[in-house]
Amino acid sequence: MSEVVTANGFKLDTSGKRVVVDPICRIEGHLRIEVNVDEHNVIRNAVSTGNMWRGIEIILKGRDPRDAWAFTQRICGVCTGVHALTSVRAVEDALGIEIPANANHIRNLMMLAQQTQDHLVHFYHLHALDWVDVVSALEADPKRTSELQRSISNWPKSSPGYFRDVKMRLKRFVESGQLGPFANAYWGSPAYKLPPEANLMAVAHYLEALDFQREIVRIHTIFGGRNPHPNWIVGGMPCAFSLNGDGGINMEWLNVVSSIIDRAITFVDQVYIPDLKAVASFYKDWARIGRGLAGTNMLSYGEYPRVANDWSQENMLQPGGAIIDGDLSQVHEVDLRDPEQIQEFVAHSWYRYPDEQKGLHPWDGVTEPHFELGPKAKGSRTRIEQLDEGAKYSFIKAPRWKGHPMEVGPLARYVVAYARGDEEIKAQVDGLLHDLDLPLEALFSTLGRTAARGLECSWAAHKMREVFDALMANLRAGDTATANMEKWEPESWPLETKGVGHVEAPRGSLGHWVHIRAGRIENYQAVVPTTWNASPRDPAGNIGAYEAALLGTPMADPEQPLEILRTIHSFDPCLACSTHVMAEDGRELTTIKVR
Amino acid sequence: MSTEPTFYEILRRQGITRRKFLKFCSLTAASLGLAPEFAGTIAHALETKPRVPVIWLHGLECTCCTESFIRSGHPLAADVILSMISLDYDDTLMAAAGYQAEEILEQTIAKHDGNYILACEGNPPLNEEGMYCIQAGRPYVEKLRRMAAHSKAIIAWGTCASWGCVQAAKPNPTRATPIHKVVTDKPVIKVPGCPPIAEVMTGVITYILTFDRLPELDRLGRPKMFYGRRLHDKCYRRAHFDAGQFVERFDDEGARKGYCLYKMGCKGPTTHNACSTMEWNGGLSWPVKSGHGCLGCAEEDFWDRGSFYTPTTNLNVPGGVEVTADQVGKVIAGAAAAGVAAHATVSVVSRLVRGGKGRDEGGSSNE
Repeated sequence: MSEVVTANGFKLDTSGKRVVVDPICRIEGHLRIEVNVDEHNVIRNAVSTGNMWRGIEIILKGRDPRDAWAFTQRICGVCTGVHALTSVRAVEDALGIEIPANANHIRNLMMLAQQTQDHLVHFYHLHALDWVDVVSALEADPKRTSELQRSISNWPKSSPGYFRDVKMRLKRFVESGQLGPFANAYWGSPAYKLPPEANLMAVAHYLEALDFQREIVRIHTIFGGRNPHPNWIVGGMPCAFSLNGDGGINMEWLNVVSSIIDRAITFVDQVYIPDLKAVASFYKDWARIGRGLAGTNMLSYGEYPRVANDWSQENMLQPGGAIIDGDLSQVHEVDLRDPEQIQEFVAHSWYRYPDEQKGLHPWDGVTEPHFELGPKAKGSRTRIEQLDEGAKYSFIKAPRWKGHPMEVGPLARYVVAYARGDEEIKAQVDGLLHDLDLPLEALFSTLGRTAARGLECSWAAHKMREVFDALMANLRAGDTATANMEKWEPESWPLETKGVGHVEAPRGSLGHWVHIRAGRIENYQAVVPTTWNASPRDPAGNIGAYEAALLGTPMADPEQPLEILRTIHSFDPCLACSTHVMAEDGRELTTIKVR
Repeated sequence: MSTEPTFYEILRRQGITRRKFLKFCSLTAASLGLAPEFAGTIAHALETKPRVPVIWLHGLECTCCTESFIRSGHPLAADVILSMISLDYDDTLMAAAGYQAEEILEQTIAKHDGNYILACEGNPPLNEEGMYCIQAGRPYVEKLRRMAAHSKAIIAWGTCASWGCVQAAKPNPTRATPIHKVVTDKPVIKVPGCPPIAEVMTGVITYILTFDRLPELDRLGRPKMFYGRRLHDKCYRRAHFDAGQFVERFDDEGARKGYCLYKMGCKGPTTHNACSTMEWNGGLSWPVKSGHGCLGCAEEDFWDRGSFYTPTTNLNVPGGVEVTADQVGKVIAGAAAAGVAAHATVSVVSRLVRGGKGRDEGGSSNE
């Protein structure tokens, strides 16, 4: 009675013990995971719940579309800038604005810098502690740690003395009895497999990466004035070039950018990538865990237009598309304008539709927030002990592409690009699989997601150099324009228009849909990466990427949810992004405006 | 508590020399805008005090405050977290999850009742019984109130916690509410900005640790050392404002010459923050320096003051010019361009007349 097979082929069994993990820490925002484990502590059912809602699209209604980037940028401060860029692209699409070549290069540079920094911080500060036992590092021999470091990389911080200092710092920290962010965790669990020396090396790099990430984002500071939350404009970029003056960007700042790129490449290739390989080599069993939708249904919009204003996949540094039913021989084209392709459902989300069996394209969204627990939920409205996934159970909507739940993110981008035969990405993937002695199938896993993020971090760091060179070539050719202001004034806009903008954000495919009328935002909708991945079920019963990926995972001890954290963190959740989502028809506003 | 090692002891044990420690103290003094002799006071404080427990909560927010915090160059975020404070709860960084994470909150109350700092990022929504932000199955506002009741002091990080910010912009669908309107019986230090500057955040913490008291606050609850001036007062483009040289559109000749961004909607004249003095990301740049006007992100309701590209009609500048400028503003109501000219004139005239002796409540000078 308790076992069902979902429309997308996953077996769910709710008869076993229910385990609740709330909050899931080391993510952006507020996420809850509930699972049922069988008598062998294997996960047989999983429930993913977005725990927050902010309603930013409602707030956007009636505003100046040129301001929308600033509002949507505040959807997320971790992947800062990605919503802003998506927003200016959507408004430019609606208004038919073409941006100058320099603005395109600068936007690409800023996005690549974001990708590099975000992936680095995710690996070391949000994900590493799932694999690295900090306390075990106290047992490490600094000399052998040094040998380990020197065997995997040319990184200069590798002396026995250096690791002795790090170990001493850690020892004194632990002995102080004030464990701070490392308190009450799962140290000593049999699920940790690294030898003490690898743990100590990782702790050293946790600290080094925390220091270095500050540098990468300074690219945003130069072109956008600050980070987090740099500035953008509809029509290009706000920064002007002043190659023979000091009023704008001149050679000195360009040199800063160039130097950051060099150091980012060095850090990622000499620290992150070797660490990734070292850690992965001890956790190869995780290449068979956490598959979910990976390799089956994956989506990427494609990113980094080489030439400004050309959105064809041939023009993308990282080509996109959709993989369906595990057929890697065919990459489907994705059309964000087609009302039949991307749709959102709310049958299991805390919203109401007139007809909840149907999905709605973002341009036609309707909303009414509706928080209610199902009949099988335990606890009360404000004391939830257990959710009822048969009813509504999340502030996240369920987006679908042609009816399919999809996985998005670095792994999806890599699988799509691999399937398209992108040579650089193929060489990276094949090289890593060769080094780890793993088959291609190994990609479709928790480890595969974590590995793809690392490879993409390196790819992005190197691409910054390529894009910077293109920017310099354009400047040398005499083009210093950064903004197209021809359609800046609302008087130049059509009375009514719609647009869509997309970005491949660190966590995956991001789209904004805008409807402008009489110079104001009539309707605004965002479908974000974590909405795809953390999606609840849909009316047809399909489960989303998080829920699918947790199924079949053996837990060493359900009281210590390390395995859940590993797989969920492999997606790099961003809940502020996913759960702000709310299409609206405006007329519903009065029902929720409480003052 | 007294048996726990002090910041200095920890640094020493971590192999940091006394010489480096004292250098750190003088850098800290400088970053707080203190005279060099204060380095001694800081050194003494750090030598004798155990690490203060900090509980860092997240409500409705975007985590830009945490991201900004970890960009701090002096002191480094790692040094703050590992050596200066004891960051006992922070769901963005902590290793534990689920009930193991939440247990820490009650342990903190039991062990450090009345002695920990509560750092709030984001704010609680009050609609739907608080359930637009759920943590461990309960409304976030409950957790906030409980942790606030047992804290020593509260830091409201960023504009969400200080004023409400983007989710509280009209029509504020979730009734997102700033901290001081939910917790009314504890001192709340507002550190607004979306996000605040990294070194402002670590500067506030360092000040509290050093002097064992809250920094001096203005009447709105902001540390005077960072929010005492309007950006416009110290803007390096101010000379162009006074000379009437403005950017008329992005990427025009004026933009390339670094002219004033007032006509592009810059909110520098009405925004209290340290961007024009401290700048961002290690003093590299700040919004105006990179060509975009200030959004006014440290001010209350900055989302609801019209388009970011419409020049502000509130022409207040320090030094007693406000009255005049307001009067001018009334006369020229609605005519932004005329307002710019009027403001510029007032500003130049006032400088000439008063010989640079103007002072505002924060002690800033026009000259």
